[in-house]
Amino acid sequence: MSVIEVRDVDRSFVVRHRSGRLRRTSTIVRAVRDLSFSVEAGEMVGYIGPNGAGKSTTIKMLTGILVPTAGSLRVAGHTPYAERAALAQRIGVVFGQRTTLWWDLPLRDSYDLLRRIYRIPADRYRENLATFTDLLDLGPLLETPVRQLSLGQRMRGDIAAALLHDPDVVYLDEPTIGLDVVSKSNLRDFLRETNRERGVTVLLTTHDLVDIERLCSRVMVIDAGRLVFDGSLEGLHGLGEARRTLVVDLMEPAPPLDVPTAQTLRVDGPRQWLAFPAEASAAPLLAAIAATHEVADLAILEPNIEDVIKRIYSTGPAPSD
Amino acid sequence: MVDRVAANVCGYALLAWMWIRVSMSYRTSFALLTLGQFLITGLDFVAILVMFSNVDALGGFSLTEIAFLYGGSALCLGLADLLLGNIERLGQRIRLGTVDQMMVRPLSLYVQVCADEFALRRLGRIAQGGLVFGWSIYALDLDWTAARVAMVPYLLVFGTVIFLAIFTIGAAVQFWTAESSELANAFTYGGSTLAQFPLTIYPTEAIKALTFVVPIAFVNWYPSLFILDKPDPLHLPTATQFAAPVAAALLSFVAAAVWRTGVRRYRSTGS
Ligand SMILES: Nc1ncnc2c1ncn2[C@@H]1O[C@H](COP(=O)(O)OP(=O)(O)OP(=O)(O)O)[C@@H](O)[C@H]1O
Ligand SMILES: [Mg+2]
Repeated sequence: MSVIEVRDVDRSFVVRHRSGRLRRTSTIVRAVRDLSFSVEAGEMVGYIGPNGAGKSTTIKMLTGILVPTAGSLRVAGHTPYAERAALAQRIGVVFGQRTTLWWDLPLRDSYDLLRRIYRIPADRYRENLATFTDLLDLGPLLETPVRQLSLGQRMRGDIAAALLHDPDVVYLDEPTIGLDVVSKSNLRDFLRETNRERGVTVLLTTHDLVDIERLCSRVMVIDAGRLVFDGSLEGLHGLGEARRTLVVDLMEPAPPLDVPTAQTLRVDGPRQWLAFPAEASAAPLLAAIAATHEVADLAILEPNIEDVIKRIYSTGPAPSD
Repeated sequence: MVDRVAANVCGYALLAWMWIRVSMSYRTSFALLTLGQFLITGLDFVAILVMFSNVDALGGFSLTEIAFLYGGSALCLGLADLLLGNIERLGQRIRLGTVDQMMVRPLSLYVQVCADEFALRRLGRIAQGGLVFGWSIYALDLDWTAARVAMVPYLLVFGTVIFLAIFTIGAAVQFWTAESSELANAFTYGGSTLAQFPLTIYPTEAIKALTFVVPIAFVNWYPSLFILDKPDPLHLPTATQFAAPVAAALLSFVAAAVWRTGVRRYRSTGS
């Protein structure tokens, strides 16, 4: 059975603004429209889209913070906005933009407070805290008040806090925002491991597509409130007519190569870049080149997901009302 | 249901205790703030004392009787203020996004908002009100029958509930407009200031408003009419003097409905 069920969900906001001295006009922003998807237990799903697409709005509806304007949501058997407190026991939430911890408390005290609020059994708590302290390297930070933590440290603290009560589902809204390369990489390892070892269902939003490539077998793309793609990472590549690039170093500089199955993108002395369909094999292409030129070295660049996404954003269904 | 209530009461105590510990780590400032609250709220009563150096009675009430009214109102307001803390700053919390954090915890939002920044320094106000109230009870020349004695805790309990409900309504309105906190303060603090004096000094319309619109008169005025054995300027049935629980229940009902509606309308922030 699906842990997350979203059916025909709409959420709009009435935004009022001043127009003239006393007059006020209001416009309706449809942050999410006709959204339907479901997530199975144990899945790790990437939720991406440009700024203002409706990602955070979706997550807020899935936690019960926002009531949908239309449609139905179920998470772990609960209707989020109606059974918010009961659902909270089953979910963990990290908002990358701001902490869910208590600003003035040392991490350890925050965790202890959470233990009582969530009524986490003592042994389970001890075990989890030890695991997360170890994996997220929280040891030196436990006595530090949250307000003194750096962004990356705070994020680790927040992630541990979201997992202490063994939630079935965690929502991570931009968990890697503002982290350096090493911290990002460590965090991804941690998330992958947590998802695998604990079977936690993860829904994560990000603007860093590497997060998706490293972590998620499934991607949902939302644009202007509509789901424009839901499928595997490979499917996403296909959708964007992904192309791979063959980089060849010839023995001598040559004019642009003319091979029927590829398009020569660039020439730089003896080095040439050729684009070819991602699903095609590079072997015949290489054979064709080798037939006429002497090849010194070669490399194949995999399709760049960023380009693919860009293409989807710009060609996605136009928002028609 | 019972489970849920118990969890929330425990949660309130946990959060309050956490905030007490945080404030105790700045012991001196805590002591100063408490003393400050005691003195500032005490000034109100000093003003009454000064007034009574020129007159013997106000609206047909002697100094000790007014002290009883004043103390009752101040004590109820102080207790409500302690329990609800900074609920009036809900609008600010909404803008800062702290309400979102609270909504993902397995406790009621209301309990968390009330317990947030729980401040024992508010005991300053309670101590001051309690002192005046205690003194008036000691100084009043009354026949303390069982009914009168029983009426005192009755006044304090339902009076506090009435203030709690009014505070809650004032805060919940901020789910609609964050700018309404000043308006809410006018009702709560303004109302309680009015109730510190015998309502007989106000025009009848004002007494009616304090009875039927913002029923602060049920906090201390009507119970005090009974305890002090005073005539009712509105000539309402005697039952009115015992009707505080009805007013408290009605207001609580309204407060709960407004709060729930507000939470459902809550729209978080864009970022
Ligand atoms: N509380 C609100 N009031 C008014 N409009 C809102 C509110 N919250 C969100 N919106 C609007 O809804 C749309 C979706 O916002 P949302 O925060 O869900 O986007 P997002 O996909 O999370 O974007 P980002 O990548 O920038 O975080 C935006 O147009 C935003 O302006
Ligand atoms: Mg967002």
